[in-house]
Amino acid sequence: MASEYIVEIILENKPAARDPVGETIKRDLLAKKGYDMVSNVRSGQYLRLYLEAESEENAQDIVEDLLNKLRIFNPVTQNFKILSLTKE
Amino acid sequence: MSIKIAVIQFPGANCDLDAVHVLNNVINVEANLIWHNHFKESQYDGVILPGGFTFGDYLRAGIIAAHSPALDEARVMLKDGRPIIGICNGFQILAEAEILPGALLKNENLKFICKWIKIKVENNKTAFTNKMNKGDVLNIPVAHGEGRFYTDNLKELAENEQIAFRYSNENGEITSESNPNGSIENIAGVCNLEQNCLGLMPHPERASEAILSPYGTTHGKLFFESMVDFIKRRS
Repeated sequence: MASEYIVEIILENKPAARDPVGETIKRDLLAKKGYDMVSNVRSGQYLRLYLEAESEENAQDIVEDLLNKLRIFNPVTQNFKILSLTKE
Repeated sequence: MSIKIAVIQFPGANCDLDAVHVLNNVINVEANLIWHNHFKESQYDGVILPGGFTFGDYLRAGIIAAHSPALDEARVMLKDGRPIIGICNGFQILAEAEILPGALLKNENLKFICKWIKIKVENNKTAFTNKMNKGDVLNIPVAHGEGRFYTDNLKELAENEQIAFRYSNENGEITSESNPNGSIENIAGVCNLEQNCLGLMPHPERASEAILSPYGTTHGKLFFESMVDFIKRRS
């Protein structure tokens, strides 16, 4: 029986690819306002997918399949991480 | 033989009409503006993927257009040896379609950069650079927010002569000051292994007539003259 799942995904630049958005937040905002304890900021893109699947494993398979096949993340510069996978 | 070039129009394209104008009125070859879903490769000798912000640049610049059927047609043409150039967003599309190597990231200074810069010819054997000399410095404008070329495979690109252009100063020196967007090794344009597909961030179609250039130069014309020459030599 298919159920509704919610999958949260984050796309992030690989460590070797510079992330000027994160660098600017750290350098021009956090450091200037005294948050010296923050040593690094990396920005990313957040996606939330609502989908029907047979099981959690099936939902994960579908999401990984579409991420890879449709190049939702750019394998040259980005990694993806599934942050959460929940049944609605 | 009459040469026919397709300029592919995606939603959000720009400088598409400029490219058609340059081909029709400056280079004097037939160019048609074709909606991306209607493009059929068999009717054309070459293709221009113009600049712009296709599909709003959503997700990443070029990624949605990279899934257009026009790119399947483009792959057939390339395999057959016909030439394709991707300008600005067209370059981003070709990179996302994995036809060209690397990726285009947000400019290092996070700003949209719109200005005339210089590029140095690194490879004059491609379908779009054969009228240039290696080491030539060209005046050409850029207009992009996501043009920082990145690759984790520099060595291979260099060995295969896939680096077509680098940002340079007017003396042809590759300096960090002449790099507008933080591209790795100042790379401004790359080609495929077969050298019939070129992608670059600068806009040759905006640099093909002296009246449009602050220097009175027409360096952009060389790209299209090279393409026509390449097509004539293959037939």
